[in-house]
Amino acid sequence: MSTTLDPVQTQAAANGAAGNGVHPAPAYEPNMVLATRAYDVVGTRPVRHDGADKVTGRALYGADKQMAGLLQGFVLRSPHAHAKIVSIDTSKAEALDGVFAVVTADDLPPAKDKIVDVGEGDTRLAYVHGNVLAKGKTLYKGHAVAAVAATNVHVAEQAAKLIDVKYATLGSSMTAPEAMSSGAALLHDDLKTMEYGQPTDKASNVAQHFQWKIGDSDEGFAKADVVVERTFDTATVHQGYIEPHNATALWNNDGRVHIWTSTQGAFVVRDVTATILEIPVSQIKVTPMEIGGGFGGKIPVYLEPVAALLSKKTGRPVKLVMTRADVLEGTGPTPGSHVSVKIGAVNGGKITAMQGNLAYEAGAYPGSFVAPGGMCIFAAYACENVTVDCYDVVVNKPSSAAYRAPGATQAAFAAEQVIDEIAGKLGIDPIDFRLQNAAKEGSRRVDGPKFRRIGCVEVLEAMQRHPHYGAPLAGPNCGRGVAVGFWFNVGLESSCTLSVNSDGTVNLIEGSTDIGGTRTSIAMQAAEVLGIPAEDINPQVVDTDSVGYTSVTGGSRTTFATGWAAHDAAQKIVDEMKVRAAKLLEADAAGVTHEKGVYSAAGKSVSFREIAAQASRTGGPISASATVKPRGVGGSYAGNIVDVAVDPETGKVDILRFTAVQDVGKAVHPSYVEGQMQGGSAQGIGWALNEEYFMGADGGMQNNTLLDYRMPTALDLPMIDTCIVEVANPGHPYGVRGVGEANIVPPPAAIANAIQNAVGRRLQRLPMNPPAVWQAVANGN
Amino acid sequence: MHWVDYQRPESLDAALQAFAANAGNAKALAGGTDLLVQMRAGRCASGVLVDIKNIPELNEMSYSPEQGLTLGAAVPCYRIYGDKTVSAAYPALIDAVSIIGGTQIQGRASVGGNLCNAAPSADVVPVLIALGVVCKVTSAGGTREIAAEDFCVAPGKNALAAGELLVSLHFPPPALQSGARYIRFIPRNEMDIAVAGAGVSVTLADGRFSAARVALASVAPTPLFAREAGEALVGRPVHAASIAKAAAAAKAAAKPIDDMRGTAAYRRNLCAVLTRRALEDAVARAGGKL
Ligand SMILES: Cc1cc2nc3c(=O)[nH]c(=O)nc-3n(C[C@H](O)[C@H](O)[C@H](O)COP(=O)(O)OP(=O)(O)OC[C@H]3O[C@@H](n4cnc5c(N)ncnc54)[C@H](O)[C@@H]3O)c2cc1C
Repeated sequence: MSTTLDPVQTQAAANGAAGNGVHPAPAYEPNMVLATRAYDVVGTRPVRHDGADKVTGRALYGADKQMAGLLQGFVLRSPHAHAKIVSIDTSKAEALDGVFAVVTADDLPPAKDKIVDVGEGDTRLAYVHGNVLAKGKTLYKGHAVAAVAATNVHVAEQAAKLIDVKYATLGSSMTAPEAMSSGAALLHDDLKTMEYGQPTDKASNVAQHFQWKIGDSDEGFAKADVVVERTFDTATVHQGYIEPHNATALWNNDGRVHIWTSTQGAFVVRDVTATILEIPVSQIKVTPMEIGGGFGGKIPVYLEPVAALLSKKTGRPVKLVMTRADVLEGTGPTPGSHVSVKIGAVNGGKITAMQGNLAYEAGAYPGSFVAPGGMCIFAAYACENVTVDCYDVVVNKPSSAAYRAPGATQAAFAAEQVIDEIAGKLGIDPIDFRLQNAAKEGSRRVDGPKFRRIGCVEVLEAMQRHPHYGAPLAGPNCGRGVAVGFWFNVGLESSCTLSVNSDGTVNLIEGSTDIGGTRTSIAMQAAEVLGIPAEDINPQVVDTDSVGYTSVTGGSRTTFATGWAAHDAAQKIVDEMKVRAAKLLEADAAGVTHEKGVYSAAGKSVSFREIAAQASRTGGPISASATVKPRGVGGSYAGNIVDVAVDPETGKVDILRFTAVQDVGKAVHPSYVEGQMQGGSAQGIGWALNEEYFMGADGGMQNNTLLDYRMPTALDLPMIDTCIVEVANPGHPYGVRGVGEANIVPPPAAIANAIQNAVGRRLQRLPMNPPAVWQAVANGN
Repeated sequence: MHWVDYQRPESLDAALQAFAANAGNAKALAGGTDLLVQMRAGRCASGVLVDIKNIPELNEMSYSPEQGLTLGAAVPCYRIYGDKTVSAAYPALIDAVSIIGGTQIQGRASVGGNLCNAAPSADVVPVLIALGVVCKVTSAGGTREIAAEDFCVAPGKNALAAGELLVSLHFPPPALQSGARYIRFIPRNEMDIAVAGAGVSVTLADGRFSAARVALASVAPTPLFAREAGEALVGRPVHAASIAKAAAAAKAAAKPIDDMRGTAAYRRNLCAVLTRRALEDAVARAGGKL
């Protein structure tokens, strides 16, 4: 079930709410893009273009890649969390029947000291390099050390076991506080802390410390009537996509490399692989296969350069596919965190100061997404005195990767609990308290930018008005919690080409991996401009040789940015169609008007279809390309209302009811938007209740299977109700905001708040699994 | 993974011969839901797999109110809960066989496999112990009987000698005014391994417990027969206070460890909670009131 609040209604309701004196009537800008426009295609729910292939099993995923002469590979991984590699002897493995090649880091060109763009940010090439194949040291259990290509995967695995690696183990740190403590073994001898953006000569596991500040928080706290300060920890969790990483590579005799892989960014794979292997980008073609989930975890490059090296050595195509344990121990995860939050407010409810201290576990290499965590932690609130400190800390766990709104969920788990506690202390309804302090257009985020039109208030109001918020609770030990969260929407770069077929359909070529139905949401934006049905567009995701540069499917950008490229290309088609229509109508092109696929001049008209059929008579094929690097991004707010039942004797938390509310700007395809909201909520629930890397005394992940790495199953989730709020993003032609990520931000905090309301215990560590909740109930925390 | 031979004998004799001929190198394959997973993980290497699913004696399922139930070791879970008479007579057995894995697993997984695999967390084993089941074991040398509580001897180790095959399980007929129940605790609602489990059976007479047995899962190196917990009930009134004593005795009997699935303290707590809840339900099934 989904309630779509149109922006006009939202605005009226907001103004109405002012009548009860809760907060002043916001002076809204009239809705620039959406309010007066009704669309024909955007906002409808056509069947997805790739649906038949997916439900019949015909869609081809990376592991499906087959070709003549294909070899299979196996990656040998470090059994130690931190060790010096003393020596590697591959001779026994190479001698095994059926083995074609073995590679180690020595087969890679030495890493130059340079910075590379890895999809959603930059990092040192040496780090990317070192993660692909360990050089000199292994930094986590599961770190790739060598790889084998053989006739089949069993022989390759057997050979890998014959590789003799001598290690000298080193001390290891599993959490940020451990790694930051004096005496902790250093992961990188050459890592010196960057303080406030300036290099220092402090050798430490802290890669970066920086601070953002507006106003004066000391002064703000001095004014406060209530101040709450608490510290929170969250465990390392994995993105948990179903499809394991894979890569097939063919290094051809002409020096050209072809890679088939499951990735969120074919061009990132191309560029990073080219940089690592020191060959020009034009020598690599990457074909993105269908993808079985990514959530940010399929942006980094792991197997591609290794498969390419093995292919170069053997002269044959080589396929590498990870096992589930490889995925859990060698890829992803998202950082564990250690966050303290202090908030002060005056009686009556105005927040006077906010302070956050975030230390995130980057894993083996710097880059933990603590920065976005710091930007998001208080992004739902307008406050004049805010200080945020961020620490990016390396630990002996797999190098962390983006995970849906990376960094923001950990931050919200801390901030939204303290907000709730203060609201309780002040005796103010938790949504009223948030509304009273909610960020609006013009509010300044702690890292600097002022918000453009945002939907934080509308999301909170939709939550307050939702029937769930006022519904009676189910019984004893039941509680309701709320929380909100923010995540960005990025622009980056996208390309799109449209070609009109003679039957009036249009081929759409794009380069964004389709993870959540974006073929369709992109096609719909072209269809809207062209005035034809979405079904008449044939969208295709193609390889890196066949479309202009396109950045990753990530940062909630694909429908926003690639959709925009499709919109712009479609505008060009319309312009050309006008010229052709003029010829057919024997009119002046400047006088041709276009409305819903019909081109008119001087009282006569001709349809899109007719012009398409006559294209070769009026000037030849009709085709257009567009590229975009959009600004105008619109961040998204999400809020949850959640009811839980706690079994105080076992500590088990059941989610009874869950409502996800999100400002999506414009829901191009509402079903896919609801799917994103439900998916993010489901992942947030798993993160909240059971998921965690359970590290053994040896520094290894003990629960490296999906039996013991407990993601929720269908029986663990209620139907997740969605409520779409549409506050148009004035920066996009259709008002689109990023939709894919903000929904994972509030669930753990909302569930923690619900547990607090159910049993009077505030859980300050994730996961809030049964032993932890039982302990809290039994011991009074 | 390496090459294995696969054999599918059609008779008990043929199976016993296959085991004798491949002494030490053959493994029985029932549903394979433990065995194949272990082989794939490299935890169990065996040269010959002897598929026991086509042996008539291992597929028997016969029940009479006088004789009780004879359950062939290879009968899969779905056949057990699909049988109305067996389900009515042994609801605690159904409690266990209907929560193993999911539907697909239950189509293959057998009670015999659950027992022979001898995992401390095996869900059916506490029920077998609580119901006083006797296991029939055969080898080329003859047949013997083993009480369910003596069958598992260490994690992953059972009491079978080399060449011995578990043929069937014998469940005594349910006594008048008796009831049994199995409850396990898992963090999720399916596809999980018991953090702890309690299988209980009670017989009531004149408002008192006349017999009771309690067995626990996942709190000791093997499924644990908590004899003291059952004995704590016998002769006592059917009352919450009696049940509380039994629950405390079960908690005291448990010897859990800390691991990724739960701490020892948490598991001990679960023993008391699950034993109490299972006993309450068993009393209700026996027609008693608390
Ligand atoms: C996804 C999944 C979920 C699961 N969930 C649960 C669960 O919830 N609870 C639970 O308790 N278990 C669970 N299991 C484990 C397993 O399904 C059960 O233990 C099952 O009952 C095993 O029966 P099987 O017929 O498949 O045994 P098999 O795998 O065929 O055999 C198990 C072992 O017993 C031996 N064996 C089998 N039969 C005989 C015999 N007649 N004589 C001598 N030796 C024999 C085999 O050689 C092997 O060593 C799960 C397994 C999977 C894969």
